[in-house]
Amino acid sequence: MELESMYQEIILEHYRRPLHSGLREPFDAEVQHVNPTCGDEVRLRVTLKDADGEPVLADVSYDALGCSISQASVSVMADMIIGKTVNEALEISEEFLRLMQSRGEAEPDEDILGDAVAFEGVSKYPARIKCALLGWMAWKDATARALSARGGEADKEQG
Amino acid sequence: MTAHGEATTTAVRTPAVGLDIDAIRADFPILGRAVRGGNKLIYLDSGATSHKPRQVLDAERDFYTTHNAAAHRGAHLLGEEATDAYEGARTRIATFLHADPGEIVFTKSATEAVNLVAYAMSNAATSGPEAARFTVGPGDEVLVTELEHHANLVPWQQLCQRTGATLRWFNLTPDGRLDLGNIGELINPRTKLVAVTHQSNVTGTVPPVAEIAAAAHAVGALVIADGAQSVPHQPVDVTTLGADFLVFSGHKMLGPSGIGVLWGRRPLLEAMPPFITGGSMIEVVRMEGSTFLPPPERFEAGVPAAAQAVGLAAACDYLDAIGMENVAAHEEELTAHALQVLGGIPGVRILGPLDTDHRGGAVSFLVDGIHPHDAGQVLDELGIAVRTGHHCAWPLHRALHAQSSTRATFYVYNTLDEVDALADGIQQAQKFFGLKVS
Repeated sequence: MELESMYQEIILEHYRRPLHSGLREPFDAEVQHVNPTCGDEVRLRVTLKDADGEPVLADVSYDALGCSISQASVSVMADMIIGKTVNEALEISEEFLRLMQSRGEAEPDEDILGDAVAFEGVSKYPARIKCALLGWMAWKDATARALSARGGEADKEQG
Repeated sequence: MTAHGEATTTAVRTPAVGLDIDAIRADFPILGRAVRGGNKLIYLDSGATSHKPRQVLDAERDFYTTHNAAAHRGAHLLGEEATDAYEGARTRIATFLHADPGEIVFTKSATEAVNLVAYAMSNAATSGPEAARFTVGPGDEVLVTELEHHANLVPWQQLCQRTGATLRWFNLTPDGRLDLGNIGELINPRTKLVAVTHQSNVTGTVPPVAEIAAAAHAVGALVIADGAQSVPHQPVDVTTLGADFLVFSGHKMLGPSGIGVLWGRRPLLEAMPPFITGGSMIEVVRMEGSTFLPPPERFEAGVPAAAQAVGLAAACDYLDAIGMENVAAHEEELTAHALQVLGGIPGVRILGPLDTDHRGGAVSFLVDGIHPHDAGQVLDELGIAVRTGHHCAWPLHRALHAQSSTRATFYVYNTLDEVDALADGIQQAQKFFGLKVS
């Protein structure tokens, strides 16, 4: 059945028991994103640290309200990207966006996407793509803000 | 899951009011198509947009194939015919509402019609003395309700922001009706305008517009009613409605997209400054400035949507042939059945009144443990089209402590069997997520 291609067990598992949920301190940036068509929302925080001069995601914490797809997606995302460098996480996020825009025609790279390949079925339902992307868009926004805040501090230190 | 595809040839169970549903359904080509999984379409989203009968499509096509020209322009035969068709549509719609044709303004939508009044009110500040009664400013109040669709809320928030007036609102009772307990305080000499829905698009609530209007008129305030969900579904007579303005959309009442209506009392329209300006609405144009035509033309800048107006007139013909009393009775029976069967499912909570007293056919509900998007997805898999989300009524959902909801809405082509299919689908969604989630 088509429905089961969307609601893969892994998605329902994350929906049932979301990973890394709850807002944590300290954090470098916090954002609130909503999906205005359905009112789903996510508040998300990013904490960065330096590892060999490269920014790494020390923590991604969130509080999400929404459907199974949006909840599971943010849970999968947090689990995959915490501990990764910002550039590695951006690569995953780009691959995930490509998958979501594929209308079910993509051949997702499981090496890059890990558990997020489970969302392949969602890409066949245009109305649900925004659900799957809500957390990722919030993370990208929060990370950009955290990086620019750090850039600002770095400038100050140099100045 | 149950397939509904084989049900096309079986007789449909029709409500007792005796509409010939088989004949009505045969007028709507789209109802014959298959959707996901080869299922028959069960369309329960007419509150968002209705389907169009062949008669409406034919009328629009006939306009384009036979009379097409820019109405109110040109001296040629087609121009005359297009003008007659457009003005004939205006007269037809006036008859539908028991109004005068000069009081019918065509807009592109109900949303634009609300904005027309809201912007005319802020433009009044820079217009002549005849427009003085439309001006609002600091110290004045604009009164709305928590029931409103965003289209009858945001334009008033914006008007207040532009002018410095204060926005106030009626709250809801827990069962989704308007709390009129403080009407004497809310409607006061500072009140300049009251904007209220004539039928909620979420809870189906039909507020007492005439009672509210009487209180508003006693303090000299204007009243605008949002008829987007009432005009398609119940008989509406502007001579007894009480409001000064009424707005609605064509596409929700079997008519085409891109056409809406503002009805307004003639003396008000005559004193009201324009919103959108340009061709068609002017009297004399000089480089220094312009004068404007009387209503309704003053409010219809640009080449009119004549084909859409003709289609909407055909929709009025179609609905009048059924009889709006019969349309309302048919939907009341569907609504009563929905309230009963959905309300009987454990874990389902219906938003709004639980009986059909002053309640139209929008049934929004929550299913414990299943987000509306997920419920809607399972229903879609069964061929059942519903709306999910906050249905452009976010404050209403907040007031009823719901993040969002799933909504079924009914029209002339819906059947009791389709309501039963919805109830069955909700239980299948519970099973699907229940088995897998809990």
